[in-house]
Amino acid sequence: MAVVDRVQGEAGEEEGVRQPLETAVVRFAGDSGDGVQLTGSLFTLSTALAHHDLTTFPDFPAEIRAPAGTTYGVSAFQIHFGGREIRTIGDRPDVLVALNPAALKVNLDDLRPGTVIILDTGSFTERNLRKAGFTEDPREDGSLDAYRVAAIDISGLTRRAVAHTGLTSREQLRCKNFFALGLVFWMFDRDLGPVIDWTRQKFGRKPALCEANIAALKAGHAFGETAEMPQLPAFRVPPASIEPGLYRAVTGSEAMAYGLLDGARKAGLQMTFCSYPITPASPLLHVLAKLRGYGVTTFQAEDEIAAVCAAIGASYAGALGVTSSSGPGISLKSEAIGLAVMTELPLVVVNTQRAGPSTGMPTKTEQSDLFQALYGRNGDAPVVVLAAASPADCFAMAREAVRIAVRHMTPVILLSDGFLANAAEPWRIPDLDALPAFPARFHTDPEGFAPYARDERLVRPWVRPGTPGLQHRIGGLEKRHETGEVSYDPENHQRMTELRWNKVLKVAEDIPEQELEQGDPGDRICVVGWGSTYGPISRAVTTRRRRGEKVAHLHLRYLWPLPRNLGDLLSGFERILVPEMNKGQLVQLLRSRYLVPAIGLSKVSGRPFGVAELEQALDRLSEECP
Amino acid sequence: MNAPARPLQPKDYASDQEVRWCAGCGDYAVLKAVERVLAEIGADPANTVFVSGIGCAARFPYYVATYGFHGIHGRAPAIATGVKLANPELDVWVIGGDGDMLSIGANHLAHTLRRNVDLTLLLFNNEVYGLTKGQLSPTAPLGSRTPSSPLGSVENPLSACRFALAAGARFVARGIDTQKDLPAILRAAHDHPGTGFVEILQNCIVYNDGAFAEITERAVAAERQVHPVHGEPLLFGAERRKGLRLAADGSGLEVVEIGPDGEGMEEVLRHDRTNLALAGMLAALEPPMPVAIGVIYDNPAPVSYERALRGQEEGERERLGEADLGAMLRRGPVWMVTA
Repeated sequence: MAVVDRVQGEAGEEEGVRQPLETAVVRFAGDSGDGVQLTGSLFTLSTALAHHDLTTFPDFPAEIRAPAGTTYGVSAFQIHFGGREIRTIGDRPDVLVALNPAALKVNLDDLRPGTVIILDTGSFTERNLRKAGFTEDPREDGSLDAYRVAAIDISGLTRRAVAHTGLTSREQLRCKNFFALGLVFWMFDRDLGPVIDWTRQKFGRKPALCEANIAALKAGHAFGETAEMPQLPAFRVPPASIEPGLYRAVTGSEAMAYGLLDGARKAGLQMTFCSYPITPASPLLHVLAKLRGYGVTTFQAEDEIAAVCAAIGASYAGALGVTSSSGPGISLKSEAIGLAVMTELPLVVVNTQRAGPSTGMPTKTEQSDLFQALYGRNGDAPVVVLAAASPADCFAMAREAVRIAVRHMTPVILLSDGFLANAAEPWRIPDLDALPAFPARFHTDPEGFAPYARDERLVRPWVRPGTPGLQHRIGGLEKRHETGEVSYDPENHQRMTELRWNKVLKVAEDIPEQELEQGDPGDRICVVGWGSTYGPISRAVTTRRRRGEKVAHLHLRYLWPLPRNLGDLLSGFERILVPEMNKGQLVQLLRSRYLVPAIGLSKVSGRPFGVAELEQALDRLSEECP
Repeated sequence: MNAPARPLQPKDYASDQEVRWCAGCGDYAVLKAVERVLAEIGADPANTVFVSGIGCAARFPYYVATYGFHGIHGRAPAIATGVKLANPELDVWVIGGDGDMLSIGANHLAHTLRRNVDLTLLLFNNEVYGLTKGQLSPTAPLGSRTPSSPLGSVENPLSACRFALAAGARFVARGIDTQKDLPAILRAAHDHPGTGFVEILQNCIVYNDGAFAEITERAVAAERQVHPVHGEPLLFGAERRKGLRLAADGSGLEVVEIGPDGEGMEEVLRHDRTNLALAGMLAALEPPMPVAIGVIYDNPAPVSYERALRGQEEGERERLGEADLGAMLRRGPVWMVTA
């Protein structure tokens, strides 16, 4: 124990031997029961405290406890951090921690030569090798020669380090993630203190387990310090220059929840959040269910349809109705979203997209529900469609969704995705009181009241049931203009269809003009993105611009209606590249809307774009049109 | 309608809309009964909401001078749940037919009943799809010939009241559209704190005329209906000389003839509206046995769903003191970056 303490004290003295890195990508991988996600989040905490910028992404199997040792049971957590602004999860790891053979197997393709691989050799039994699909031991057949392999008996060393705690052999082994964490802490020169504090708080009620985890952590750190393995380099990553302020790490789901809550508060409304469990949307329900003292009622409905219908009922009654799901659930909600279009009530629908069609790949990300959001209803049923670009951006866009829904009496579909929902990044905590308010206005005057009378924005009045003298009936049948009475009159239907359409188009007057994230309107190429492709596009464009190339980045957060200056802005570029995690949905919208020669770049592997993939696409574009 | 100077009359609850049900439809009678109950309870039209799904019955909200929401097929209980979540003070009535609530929306009905949302829920059962022109409904008897079952139905019908009891309803009643005790049954459902569920046997004059004739015809009504009254013996028949007792084999209820000197009376069960087992047996009675008309089960839960949720939220606010989201965000794993 004394050794470990000395190591911590001397951490600063060995900088000379630490290899400098501007940014680093670390991927922890193991069995779904190995505690990989916990390891990742503790490393994230430590990374933030070391003042690096960072982005993280958990990648876990759809099965809750897949059979141990299998490739489909591998759970991973990747973190990209460093001394500059971090916008992506990193294309390829610099360090892979593989806690079993299956974890090595599924991640090997992502590694480039020279990557550090930390292997738990204790798990490399014949049985585990076979389960992972290795016919030969990869440590012996030369297939790992290109990498720096630190083969360490993490299982055995962990057992030895925690033997004194009285845990069973099985329990001892479950501490091995803390050993690995301690080792990686040594690699990146981290302070163990905060994680030890966290462990004491978390496991305080189970003293043996608490002590064992701390002992494993320290043993891992001490191993790095004393092993002197040439394959085990130590790195020094500089702190990033970060805007001063108070920070916390947020996932997209958390930021979304906070944004919805602040939006409801700024509208002066109680929120009624109605949802049904579905991957990867459920975390939003979980976060809000814990915040019921902050102005939200959460309702776990019996199905997706009940969830959206209850949200509509809540909006009708004068609260802010919000429902949340992923693509398959949104399909079920589509009839009811049409009802909200017809009754012209505020409604926020969050779609945390996942790989489809049908059940698809529930835990893998995709952005293939744009068409569904724009068009996926019977009849001409226009809604506002927004998309968040990063985990922290979920906060701002959730507020926007509430603002627009309430001001324009319309359903708003807010698109997130599995990546955004689960990825985390540091978030400078805003001063909520300083953010603008947009109080909802309820109609209370019986004089000349008509439920479908419209103001200059074509918005009808919102009336809370309970208001004396304003009793009226609304529903899904076509309404007569102004009176709201049931009408099958042909000319009235034409007029109402156009009114509903134009009402949503008029939202364009209430959203910001489109700006370029990087570059100028006179540049040659514009990369147009939406949603979670923000990070990789941004990084790829930055790299090209540093080389002097005239490449711009435009990122859409308002997908319907589109920003009023978008057509003009796009027409100035020679080439437009639209990378999307679908078969080309935004590119089709832009081409049909503006008749611009935009080219799509499609990726539907369930994984985010890598920066290198985007750069290759830009290379091809340059070759084709020099 | 502001602060009415005189008590509102039933007709004051009729909206200005022309009622468009078929002439002779049982729905007219139910509308009248509801208007009467609204007047009786002195309902404030501004604080009353009628929510419906799709179907003939679901046009109901247009004809009542309160707030109204005509939803989509089957979803009225879910919409009404949302209304109550947002504002538990509103007096919410839910209207639907047998297709609406027992077929496409059966799921919502079951979950609304088990949650016990404080609603008055009226299921108009005419054993047929009216608005879509006469197809087979989930309550239609075996063998029913309809445009969608021309060879006769081979599926077993659902019993609305048994469904409600199985779902955990705390108030279950059955009424008949044109019968004079309907307002009293509706009133009892409304007074129940929690979901008051009423199945109304309703005649569809166009597609299923006489579906309930063997229960409702004047000539047979006394023999084919038993009207349970809490604490009273379960007697029926023109002379009330018949009673219901437990079958010796425990299989359910059977008829006992009461002798001229009251022989057999001691075996006749007394209705206990809080007895779930008895409610199950009463709800299951079908011709040739007398059908139970009236309040079959009424056993209020301590608190309705939306009140329980509100209670939790009030507890949370009390625990938090000032529920300040900004302060919450500044707690926990946060770190300061200085210039």
